[in-house]
Amino acid sequence: MIITPTHYLVLSALVFTIGVIGVLTRRNVIIVLMSIELMVNSVNLNLIAFSDQLQKLGGQVFAVFVITVAAAEAAVGLGIVISLFRNKETVNADEMDLMKW
Amino acid sequence: MEAILFYTLAAVVVVFAAMTVLARNPVRSAVYLISALIAIAGLFLLQEAEFVAAVQVLVYVGGIMVLFLFVIMLVNVREVLGQPKANRQVTTAVILALVLGGELVFFLTRGARFFQGKEPDPGVIARVQTMNTESVGTILYTTYLLPFEIASVLLLVAIVGAVVLSKKQI
Repeated sequence: MIITPTHYLVLSALVFTIGVIGVLTRRNVIIVLMSIELMVNSVNLNLIAFSDQLQKLGGQVFAVFVITVAAAEAAVGLGIVISLFRNKETVNADEMDLMKW
Repeated sequence: MEAILFYTLAAVVVVFAAMTVLARNPVRSAVYLISALIAIAGLFLLQEAEFVAAVQVLVYVGGIMVLFLFVIMLVNVREVLGQPKANRQVTTAVILALVLGGELVFFLTRGARFFQGKEPDPGVIARVQTMNTESVGTILYTTYLLPFEIASVLLLVAIVGAVVLSKKQI
């Protein structure tokens, strides 16, 4: 049986959906950030699948860029978590309502 | 052979991703996510993207996940046993996410024949297969030079931002 890009795309869609469920349902902000990493990785899976399919390296280069952006996002996100924990003693998404009106 | 490897790695990825989202303890969640990321690196290897697989393991597992573990241990929240791990909107959220996932899978499988693509010419395949890292490096420093520089500026901004955010007083 041959593995087509569609297989990878479906796998990537599944991982993305799991990430969406994590972001929307979990209360722990750190786990929400980890779910975002899952979603970013599913995008990478897509990029590599198409790069392999079309035999063009642009997809792999963009996967590297996506990993860079994910690293930056994780650093800033965790910085926000730390400063929030310092101010409110919680990492619970439900209790962070400073910007709610 | 490729099919066996793909299905094994895909199963590992999906199971560990689900466990990441479902685990109560954030440390366990992080460890499951590390396993999922390594399995995804295996999938990259399967598609002859050796460089990205190496970067995935080095940057994600060696860098980002260690950062996550540090922060988890730094904030050290005592888990209250009776507390629910999901928020109030859980039912709606899961239904909407499953609709989204079903939609994605439906249209991907419907449009499967469009992804078969054209036959690439053999010379390109040989080049890509033999020296992936070299080719990626060349294309990164020629065609994608500007995005590469912008990415480095982005990283600098992220470093400064993270330091400023987590400092007690500036």
